[in-house]
Amino acid sequence: MDRVLKVRNLSKRYSKGCPVCYLKTGPDFDSNICPDCGSVVAAHDVSFDLYAGEILGIMGESGSGKSTAVKCLYFDQEPTGGTATFYDQGEAFKLFELNKAEQRRLVNQRFGMVYQNPHQGLNFEISAGGNIAERLLMSDVDNYDRIRQRAVSLLTRTEVLPERMDEMPKNFSGGMQQRVQIAKSLATNPPLLFLDEVTTGLDLSVQAAILDLILEIQQQSHTAMIVVTHDLGVIRLLADRTLVMKYGRVIETGLTDQILEDPQHAYTQRLVASAL
Amino acid sequence: MILAQQFGFLDEYAKKEIRRTSLKAVAIPGYQVPYSSREMPMGRGFGTGGLQLTLALIGAGEVLKVIDQGSDDSVNAVNLRSFIEMTCPGVGTTRVTGEADLIQSRHRIPEKPLREDQLLVLQVPYPDPLVVVEASEEKRKQLHGEADYSRLLVKLYEDIVKFDEITISHRYPTRINDHYVIDPSPIPRWDVPKLHMSKALVLLGAGREKKIYAVPPYTKAEPLAFEDKPFRVEAFLDEQGRRRACARCGCDNSFLDEYVDSNSGEQVYRCSDADWCDEQLARQTAAEVIYG
Amino acid sequence: MAYVAIKGGGQAIEGSKAVLEYLRTRQGARARPLQADTIENQLRLLHGRVLSEGGVYHPRLASLAIKQAQGDSLEASFILRAYRSTVPRLAETELLDSRKMRITRRISSAFKDIPGGQMLGATTDYHLRLMRMELLNESPEQFRAISGEWFKNLNVDEIPDTFPKVLEQLRKDGLLAPLDEQRGQQSPFDITREPLIFPVSRSAALATMARGEQGSLLAIAYSNMRGYGDVHPTVAELRVGYLPVLLPHPITGQPMEVGEVELTECEVVAMYEADGEGGKPLFTLGYGACFGHNEVKAISMAILDRSLQNGIQHGPRNPSEDPEFVLLHVDGIESMGFCTHYKMPHYVTFQSDMDRLRATQAKQ
Repeated sequence: MDRVLKVRNLSKRYSKGCPVCYLKTGPDFDSNICPDCGSVVAAHDVSFDLYAGEILGIMGESGSGKSTAVKCLYFDQEPTGGTATFYDQGEAFKLFELNKAEQRRLVNQRFGMVYQNPHQGLNFEISAGGNIAERLLMSDVDNYDRIRQRAVSLLTRTEVLPERMDEMPKNFSGGMQQRVQIAKSLATNPPLLFLDEVTTGLDLSVQAAILDLILEIQQQSHTAMIVVTHDLGVIRLLADRTLVMKYGRVIETGLTDQILEDPQHAYTQRLVASAL
Repeated sequence: MILAQQFGFLDEYAKKEIRRTSLKAVAIPGYQVPYSSREMPMGRGFGTGGLQLTLALIGAGEVLKVIDQGSDDSVNAVNLRSFIEMTCPGVGTTRVTGEADLIQSRHRIPEKPLREDQLLVLQVPYPDPLVVVEASEEKRKQLHGEADYSRLLVKLYEDIVKFDEITISHRYPTRINDHYVIDPSPIPRWDVPKLHMSKALVLLGAGREKKIYAVPPYTKAEPLAFEDKPFRVEAFLDEQGRRRACARCGCDNSFLDEYVDSNSGEQVYRCSDADWCDEQLARQTAAEVIYG
Repeated sequence: MAYVAIKGGGQAIEGSKAVLEYLRTRQGARARPLQADTIENQLRLLHGRVLSEGGVYHPRLASLAIKQAQGDSLEASFILRAYRSTVPRLAETELLDSRKMRITRRISSAFKDIPGGQMLGATTDYHLRLMRMELLNESPEQFRAISGEWFKNLNVDEIPDTFPKVLEQLRKDGLLAPLDEQRGQQSPFDITREPLIFPVSRSAALATMARGEQGSLLAIAYSNMRGYGDVHPTVAELRVGYLPVLLPHPITGQPMEVGEVELTECEVVAMYEADGEGGKPLFTLGYGACFGHNEVKAISMAILDRSLQNGIQHGPRNPSEDPEFVLLHVDGIESMGFCTHYKMPHYVTFQSDMDRLRATQAKQ
């Protein structure tokens, strides 16, 4: 299988820190705040690989560092240490060594991101179709009718009525806004898609439909995805493999079925037990 | 009298800086080069950017034309011209486009095609076309650097969705030399194609915003548009769909001013470019003399 | 040319000049023209404002500008600023130390007792703003007598030449970060020779505000005080006085005093902040200074200095913390110029607007 992403020893610490930050934080200390200097170690020593067509789940509660890891990969935040390599069209991109322009090119054209809050992923000043157009225009499509056609097909695929493409996102329900966000993220056919708590806060029936949609997309277009969630149900349904994080560290990793059947870490055991 | 002290009003350091900035602007077509921009004795917004360029570039023995709204006689053009005459002894002035070495203009590019030995200075109120989609100059610089104009194009997209037309009238965003998009100053759409592969150097000066940029000679200048929704200039069509002509000289391929005749109460159209109108009229009179 | 609207521009301008000149002199037979000295002394606060916003310390030309502008402070500052464009730079002053100011007024609202003592000086802060009708009919004799009387009762020897700074005490007590000696070595950003390119240095921000228009600075600072911000300042020290200006001697190169400038300086102390690197939290500082006696401007500037530093550190959360918003909108010459320009003809752009509207209407 083709590797899409290789992450090694990714760390993110807020403020300057001290020599013992990494030694005195983590699940063993029940904290991600350094007792000596007060720095927050949001993520440390996170390593994993992601292959084409695979969905990787990152699970943990808030403050576990799961979102931080993804934000670093998507360049929303700058990591303190570690490496990440993105393999695309025969090239290997060392993500944290790229300049800002190269980073933005990847974000605009080769990555997709779906946020929990649609306000982060969508421009609410422009129409649903305009949101999709923006991403296409970033990759130099300059034909109005082609842009319209592409927007129609993306919205159809994410089950948004194409008749509504010229409406403003604020007119849509929460679930519909997520669908538009997904359509936008897919506009350039990115090989890598990040999904950060995309179903949190939605009605159960809407959640199920969005999850179905994500699976469908994965099956049809073979997009590699990283799904960040605190919801075991989402992990169970979507993820092939899973990372469990707590206080900034990966405490368990493996095939999702294995983790759910036979959790090793006490924390994971509690999580699984409570969900059953 | 303070004004008589030195040629061109500005102190020499300031003029040198403007010349250096202009050279850089020519070297990077369409890039807005920051400069310190001195206060001039007329208001910010009255063409202080254009004026500083003119004062720094013109020399004794050269001939200047100043226009505003296409006319040499409008209040602001008169004001600027008399200031330059006062501070630049030896500089001649003209109203005839073909006779000018340097033309300073606000809101228009002359109808008569300019030559390689001529220089056009345009006065600019807002130099940055991205200001409508991004308020922060720091971020705009980044977008320009990467030639990322997608948000501007989305604005055009949304316009077509809403109105089936791109609604930008003047200050039409124009891509220079396949990279930087400029605000070509508040010239009407009609004048935008004149920038493309222009024989004359066009320098644009924004005094208040402290930027100088250029469309060098023989350089591409392409208005932003979609492949299938091309850019169009002002149509000037009457109710029957025919192109209106100037009521004075009869020209039907110039930008027209529209106003209401105070005697008849009728709508009248006339050439906006005063010198062009005179030239057309003179040509007709000459033709009448010959052909009787 | 037969253009009704723009015909005879030159003639119109001449006519306009003449009527403006008439209005300047219309007081009639008993009138005496304003003397530059009169403006500098009897309208000293307006005069100071023009010095500061014009950005050239030239008291006589500032008076002339006020006279010529018929009292419009924006217009007068503008004339002074335009004059500045014509003069070359001959020398640069040494870094001036405001501890050496010859003080006419200094107060602190942080401490009841400050080293050297509070000195209320000339202020209307505690005066009732009642009409003093007697000034309507002041005789020249009465007028001249007042200043003489005042000097007679003054014991000049009791007033010290200089005063220590209130901030020095706060620094000694470890409540404020120590002076960064290196900062004094850095050459300041010169806004008259370089454009602002964001992000800008604090020195560029201070210079821009020092020339800024009082009302604009006040309005944005007030927005921060009222609720669109949280500087919550305390005036550690506000001082007004004359600061000696030093220039290198043309032959020996030694700094020598060439004169003094009237200056208002304000230092505000704001809520403390942890330094984020494990150090102790400290008070933060905002600085304002301008030519002339103008306390509202100096205080507003000090608050904005603080709010801008907040914005630079944490990202702007409101307009007064956004360097681009504040610094690009406080210059009176720029803002009034652009406002005025809307009176110029815009026939061509409006014609183009009409074309777009008609084209769009036709499609609907």
